[in-house]
Amino acid sequence: MSTFLGMPAHAPRGVGQLRGDEPFPAAARTALANPQLRRNLQHATTTIRGKSGRVIAEVPDWQELRSAGSALKAYTMANLPQLLEQLEEKVTAAGGVVHWAADANEANRIVTELVRATGEQRVIKVKSMATQEIGLNEALEAAGITPVETDLAELIVQLGHDKPSHILVPAIHRNRSEIREIFLREMPGVDPALTDDPPELAGAARRYLRETFLSTRVAVSGANFAIADTGTLAVVESEGNGRMCLTLPDTLITVMGIEKVVPSWPDLEVFLQLLPRASTGERMNPYTSMWTGVTPGDGPQNFHLVLLDNGRTAVLADEVGRQALHCIRCSACLNVCPVYERTGGHAYGSVYPGPIGAVLSPQLTGVEDNASLPYASSLCGACFDACPVKIDIPSILVHLRNQAPHPRSEKAAMAAAAYTMDRPRLYERAQRAVRFSKLLGKRGRGLPPPLNGWAASRDLPDPPAESFRDWWRGR
Amino acid sequence: MSSRDLILGRIRQALGPDPEVVDVPRDYRRGPAPVDLDLLVERLVDYKAVVHRVSDVPGAIRGIIGAGRLVVPPGLPTAWLPPDVPFSVDDGLSAAEIAAADGVVTAAAVAVVETGTIVLDASPDQGRRILSLLPDLHICVLRPDQVVASVPEAVARLTPGRPLTWISGPSATSDIELNRVEGVHGPRNLHIVLRETA
Repeated sequence: MSTFLGMPAHAPRGVGQLRGDEPFPAAARTALANPQLRRNLQHATTTIRGKSGRVIAEVPDWQELRSAGSALKAYTMANLPQLLEQLEEKVTAAGGVVHWAADANEANRIVTELVRATGEQRVIKVKSMATQEIGLNEALEAAGITPVETDLAELIVQLGHDKPSHILVPAIHRNRSEIREIFLREMPGVDPALTDDPPELAGAARRYLRETFLSTRVAVSGANFAIADTGTLAVVESEGNGRMCLTLPDTLITVMGIEKVVPSWPDLEVFLQLLPRASTGERMNPYTSMWTGVTPGDGPQNFHLVLLDNGRTAVLADEVGRQALHCIRCSACLNVCPVYERTGGHAYGSVYPGPIGAVLSPQLTGVEDNASLPYASSLCGACFDACPVKIDIPSILVHLRNQAPHPRSEKAAMAAAAYTMDRPRLYERAQRAVRFSKLLGKRGRGLPPPLNGWAASRDLPDPPAESFRDWWRGR
Repeated sequence: MSSRDLILGRIRQALGPDPEVVDVPRDYRRGPAPVDLDLLVERLVDYKAVVHRVSDVPGAIRGIIGAGRLVVPPGLPTAWLPPDVPFSVDDGLSAAEIAAADGVVTAAAVAVVETGTIVLDASPDQGRRILSLLPDLHICVLRPDQVVASVPEAVARLTPGRPLTWISGPSATSDIELNRVEGVHGPRNLHIVLRETA
């Protein structure tokens, strides 16, 4: 295939957090060996599944809302160029400035230059998947700018020199006593008598960040939704750290994936019902902020919107895989996934863990850079059932498995099997030979490579005492 | 080529010459439904807001704020304020002055029964967004005719160009073991004064 400018491109290597250091099976083994992690995850995912199930059951038209959400996202993708142009026009008309970033490097450069232009050395941040994806914090630090994460879970991760492990609750792998230890060790000025009572831990974060909120002039946020026909941005949150960042500073820089645009204002009525119930299991999250450009006398007087591609157009180019872009980052698929519940998020290597990560990360980077992720699933389908916008994750997983590089020996083995099955006598002899397979020992460990790789996680079936053909003959 | 043209070109390339034509089914509940104020109160209380159903607004506010000092937006009806409670009107107060107040009183634009949500739209009786953010106590005075049954009705009533803040209970977090814990950065105390005629 020839490439030319304008060809959809994958997210570049060497920047951001979409690729792990090791393949999923190796990383999963490390995670599975940590019993505390497994207990924390099991407790948290069980809690959220119960909460979410109860509030979804209160809504009589949940399935109709899911269908509307799914169709709205499909409509958005099909009309993306016009919707983005409309969004740009409306945001600009309302006093904002729109920037376009083809990849992580360009987005980081744009944000760094915008912060530099203010002369500030520190920015406050609202939790944002897009800025984690592009490694914005690392880029800012390299430029001498200190990013301060203000979401409680992000703060726990940042203070613990840790990595996020869940889309919604990045510190889901930490329990209350671990959080207390991190605060006591890393939080300047913390009360040494701090207990592990959750309201006390939340209070410690409140006191710690208060002065920073009041004295920082630049904030960086993501966005949950951007309404094309009004230019309105929306951030959905719980703690009020989002309101602080979106209201107090002079300058607000919002980094948003191009797929987050929503066609028109009334469409919010669908997503504002789907998102809170599917994500935190609340009828409504405590705070949702909406702003349109700049409002004189209220909030930041300089607003910049950075529209990010970073591999999204490559995802869009795949007719089966593109529905991964419908994701509203609720993380319901993580909470119901039997694989995620056991391995946690770090094993996926990308900021997007769990089932949605297993289909999104390989498509953003190119399958060859995340080749093990499409296999990080039992294909049980719980994610599809839980998804508020009905993304058919199992089908995309299978689709990506076909794209992932397969060992040459697999093709040779399949060709040999086809040859044998085409020839009845040869097939019969092969059946008899199978009886000697017991010589290979328990679980087929005696198989020669590459077949021993296949047998590493599977038991060889016991060969039957008699084949059908033998039985038929002796009838 | 600018990054703008590059990205738009990539998207058109990805979609091909005939992008899908999509119809959006709208058979979820959208229309007006009867408002159940008792349910609104139940939902507000469930997310730890304190509700006062009164005809005497100043009396209710007096009871909540005690000996504290209030800040209020410039367009708040002064008749709502108890005569003996000190207050400053936000005519461009500094963040420190707002944060130093014991509480803020605002009106609201819309409230949603189903979700227990109030929405502020920065009208003169609600003020700048910072006002309802920094004090640890937010008292919101609500009229029954501002209450709608569902989220679609609320979205239809709001003006998108205004700065909007949807509030459902006091500041909270689900970040510790995925349980809801009240009280992080926003006001830790939310009181709703539902103004019913005597």
